[in-house]
Amino acid sequence: MNIRNIWFIMKREFNGYFATPVAYVFIIIFLLLTGFSTFYVGNFFERGEADLYPFFSMHPWLYILLIPAISMRLWAEERKSGSIELLMTLPVSVFEAVIGKFLAAWAFTGLALFLNFPLWITVNYLGNPDNGVIVASFLGSLLMAGGFLAIGSCISAITKNQVIAFVISLIISLVFVLSGYGIVIDFFSGWAPKTLVETVSSFSFLTHFDAISKGVIDMRDMMYFISLIVIWLFANALIVNARKAD
Amino acid sequence: MTLRIEIDDLAKYFGAIKAVDGVSFSVSKGEVLGFLGPNGAGKSTTMKMITGFLTPTRGTVRVCGYDVLTDPISVKAHLGYLPEGAPAYADMTPDGFLKFIAEIRGIKGADRRRAVDSAAERARITNVMYQPIETLSKGYKRRVGLAQSILHNPPVLILDEPTDGLDPNQKHEVRTLINEMAEDKAIIISTHILEEVHALCTRNVVIANGKVKFDGTPQELESKSRYYNAVVVNVANIEQNAFETFLKSLPFVAQVEPVEGAGFRVYPKDGQQITAELSEKIRENGWSIDALHAEAGRLDEVFRSITMPNTGAKN
Repeated sequence: MNIRNIWFIMKREFNGYFATPVAYVFIIIFLLLTGFSTFYVGNFFERGEADLYPFFSMHPWLYILLIPAISMRLWAEERKSGSIELLMTLPVSVFEAVIGKFLAAWAFTGLALFLNFPLWITVNYLGNPDNGVIVASFLGSLLMAGGFLAIGSCISAITKNQVIAFVISLIISLVFVLSGYGIVIDFFSGWAPKTLVETVSSFSFLTHFDAISKGVIDMRDMMYFISLIVIWLFANALIVNARKAD
Repeated sequence: MTLRIEIDDLAKYFGAIKAVDGVSFSVSKGEVLGFLGPNGAGKSTTMKMITGFLTPTRGTVRVCGYDVLTDPISVKAHLGYLPEGAPAYADMTPDGFLKFIAEIRGIKGADRRRAVDSAAERARITNVMYQPIETLSKGYKRRVGLAQSILHNPPVLILDEPTDGLDPNQKHEVRTLINEMAEDKAIIISTHILEEVHALCTRNVVIANGKVKFDGTPQELESKSRYYNAVVVNVANIEQNAFETFLKSLPFVAQVEPVEGAGFRVYPKDGQQITAELSEKIRENGWSIDALHAEAGRLDEVFRSITMPNTGAKN
């Protein structure tokens, strides 16, 4: 594993987002949606509490829609244009390429997330929030975004078509979020064995993000997202290797 | 070490299709190997296996002594590769693209700028360095790919149809560039443009249906042509039928056939050179020669007879 190669690939991929208007459009939509969900859906003002819980708690739902849009191009475009043949005949390993591209998408997501800082300024202007909680929630959200991105990156490698990559990633992300959603759990808990229900809900992003969005950083939640990222990226590398020349 | 590429019994099957089936050859420093064959013969598949993009079904590839299966990174570090169609990152500029390649190739500091500039100059793309690659013409895109492949001055160069889509001037420039680099590299060029056999190659490998059909010099390839060393001759002051009978009676002549409006084409026995002898015999008879010239082999005809032996391909 050559860190320099990962860095160069990440840098190229990250700049690639800004080569077209896509990056700017995405960031604007992201900010509009976070604003909308915080103020209208999350009732930021009506709650009358100086925290960003309404902001963070909506993130799993926003990410379902938006993260596949970031990840869909990672490998699908490379395969469609044929540049994958160039990349894979440069002296880099598949893992370096997978990690480099993933980190680029993650950094881009981090940037979009960071651009919500006016919200943080607002809440600090209006009250005295626990900024430690906000920082922890921010990092937790970023970690969860990494989970979504790893799924999206892996799915992007199975097709040359970005739209297909987007739709499949969205559905899988939805499954990972919904498996912890109250209605779904209730549906299973009526008849399924308790351990099965717990297993299904323990795979959910919601279950692990809920505590994080309240600023509670639990090692188990962290490990969940980290292992999720590792597993999906590993699968990603295997798929790239198997399908690069198709 | 002069042996740079060693390929032994290389094969690639896609399901039941044998794209490449037991190809063996080697390339040394200073050689430009022209890789010929019809479309779908397995040229690109072979190149993809040499560069480590495709995993062979069987056989071995060694580049500068490194095995592509056990040490693909070393193989890739030692070669420059222009894939078919010269793919690149379309939204980048050639400058950004070449810098990225230089970074990945481990070229650092001031050397990086120098390597990018030198490759751009040699591939003649200095005037488009800051335009997005997607806006460039086909010829420029091809040359950006070429610049990418020679950037790190690799000992081995694999070029898949480097002159495809270029105009005659650009073709000439690319051939000049390849000839300039030929001395200290081992180069494989795939092409189906037969004039490049003479313009570029020191050796040719012809493949068809995944198998090597010919491996030798361009001269040897030409000598397989039935036109090789044939002589076209026309004489003024003798009746044509009599002249034909005379030609057929000569001991070194295998076959005579009339050429439309310009005398006869005389095929020698065993491909020997007969120009001098023939002109001497004609002079002995006191005839005056209107035209007399030896023909080169016709590569298109050789190409067809090698790659499609069962279709009775003639000229």
